[in-house]
Amino acid sequence: MADIRLDGIGKRFPNGFWAVRDLSLTIDEAELLVLVGPSGCGKTTALRMVAGLEDISAGDLYIGGRRVNDVLERDRDIAMVFQNYALYPHMTVAQNIAFSLRLSKRPRKEIRERVEETARLLGLEELLDRRPKQLSGGQKQRVAMGRAIIRKPQVFLMDEPLSNLDAQLRVHMRGEIEALQKRLGVTTVYVTHDQVEAMTMGDRVAVLRAGELQQVDTPTNVYDRPVNLFVAGFIGSPPMNLARGTVERGEEGVLVRLGSATLPVPAEIARVRGLDAWIGRETIVGIRPENLQGPSADGRPAGGFQLPATIDRVEALGSSLLAFFTLDAPPATSAAIAEATGGGLQEVALITREGTPFCATFEPRSAVRVGDRVDVSLDTHRLHFFDPESESALGT
Amino acid sequence: MSTASATVEPRVRRPRRRRATGAQVLKYAALLFAALVVLLPVYVLLVASFKTGAEAEPSRAWALPDVWSLDAWRQAWNGEQYGLLPFLENSFKLVIPATLISTFLGSLNGFVLSRWRFPGADLVFLFLLFGMFIPYQAVMIPLTQIFIDVDFPEGIPRLVFAHIVYGIPITTLIFRSYYATIPEDLIEAARMDRAGMLRTYWSVVLPVSAPAFVVTAIWQFTSIWNDFLFAVFIVDDPEQWPVTVALNNTTGSFVTPYNVQMAAALIASLPTLVVYILLGRYFMRGLMAGALKG
Repeated sequence: MADIRLDGIGKRFPNGFWAVRDLSLTIDEAELLVLVGPSGCGKTTALRMVAGLEDISAGDLYIGGRRVNDVLERDRDIAMVFQNYALYPHMTVAQNIAFSLRLSKRPRKEIRERVEETARLLGLEELLDRRPKQLSGGQKQRVAMGRAIIRKPQVFLMDEPLSNLDAQLRVHMRGEIEALQKRLGVTTVYVTHDQVEAMTMGDRVAVLRAGELQQVDTPTNVYDRPVNLFVAGFIGSPPMNLARGTVERGEEGVLVRLGSATLPVPAEIARVRGLDAWIGRETIVGIRPENLQGPSADGRPAGGFQLPATIDRVEALGSSLLAFFTLDAPPATSAAIAEATGGGLQEVALITREGTPFCATFEPRSAVRVGDRVDVSLDTHRLHFFDPESESALGT
Repeated sequence: MSTASATVEPRVRRPRRRRATGAQVLKYAALLFAALVVLLPVYVLLVASFKTGAEAEPSRAWALPDVWSLDAWRQAWNGEQYGLLPFLENSFKLVIPATLISTFLGSLNGFVLSRWRFPGADLVFLFLLFGMFIPYQAVMIPLTQIFIDVDFPEGIPRLVFAHIVYGIPITTLIFRSYYATIPEDLIEAARMDRAGMLRTYWSVVLPVSAPAFVVTAIWQFTSIWNDFLFAVFIVDDPEQWPVTVALNNTTGSFVTPYNVQMAAALIASLPTLVVYILLGRYFMRGLMAGALKG
């Protein structure tokens, strides 16, 4: 077991493009760190540099305190799980799993025992004589895991290992991988573009954008306190609602004007966010869909500020119900948001009027219909504020 | 060809009670005609080889033999004057090592030029490809001179060496293209499993190379077997001639025994046919299935 330290790591491709820039991160011993970001953000390149499959153009990489920039991949004691599993097609499951041990010339008896032990751990006992093409996607995934864990390496690297599985299996394997990692206690870097995997699996999450690290923290902290618009838009599904609003001083404290609505900002929030410095200026205001709630089943409004809304669209998901409406405030558009949300809510909500599409969560059995006028309760304690210029969260 | 076939077409077509469109009939007629054109020389070869010496003369080339005789085949096989047997043996001594070695070298080259690349790999490949476009004639004198200078063992060994070297560009090209279809992930997985270059080649790449080996081996076997020019200027000793050179010498100075020549030509071309028929079945597909997601 070992910790991994990336110190100002950079990757420059031959065409001059920096895929990863000045990446500094420490992954503690036995920790599972999820590297997450949209495609092309450099997360896989970063992982491949740790693996030794890609040269490091700048910075230093330490594994277990040892600088390994110039250490060959095979001497780094790292195992990797590939997105496409990359099982050797001509070998049986047992041979696939045993390959690395055979290369390190372990005694036959030990190899057999460890293959059996690994197979038991992963529920592959019945499949040991099969070849990869006779396996289902989930089984291949397990074999790929087996190939990695049999070596008892210092570090696991996983490159989108679940992206080729169907949705149900993905949920299942998510739990399996996480449990396995905890049980083996191996330091793990897990790359994914799926923010659900990031939220559910990682001890900590590192969000990357265009080769640059945005934020590293526990999933909850990243979710509750995104450092900038990109992270706010990327983490969370459906994504955070964002619109432009002006900060004002009211008689009882700070207010924020969002279109025709004027929201009182709780004193605590105003203080932490340093809103006093923003009086009279425009900021980007964010609120997560779950902090915008419809009336309860008996029609009573939930607590908080009541925002009048006309429902544009309803998505009943069974366990929850998403209601979309248009807020008459100018939308917060930026490259970061578009990149984070992959186009964003605009397309989902079919704008019918000027304004910003917002998403609220209603009671799953709510009778709300398109065209209904309802009061949506906004939890003002959960407001986020961002600087429209720097796109950073205020007060951080 | 197509205009010729159109004029001949009414003769070739046989009336059938099948619903065939005019275009189809035309197409098959043209194909049949082309097949006939290609097979006619073989027919002449075959019938002549079963004729006696007296009967086998150019004016009666098209006729079936009056007397069917195996005499020409016997003479061509192991007759005192024209027997090809020892030369067939020479050819095998040449073609088997030359094919195996050039194919294997092509496989190694293809691997390091596509999946275990080194700086400048593309340039090296480009230069290798140039080798394909150098005609035999251009290297005749320098090649002979080098053999003499380094005192290379004479006869078949020289020929084997020449064919190996000349085969490298094409075998490399075939393997490089084939290996480009092997997922990079597979190579990287081997690297992460701590396999080095040779181990990766031996344990991961070679086992999935069968289709490329078959294609390359057929190609090399055929072209080395059929080569005449290298053999004729590299091998001085008639005892070591491959069958192609020996075949050329069945043309006597005074008499030309056509029947024996035809039988000899058929014998000389049999091995390439056999190789194709045998190995052609092993053109494997789908071996890579399962390497990637199902």
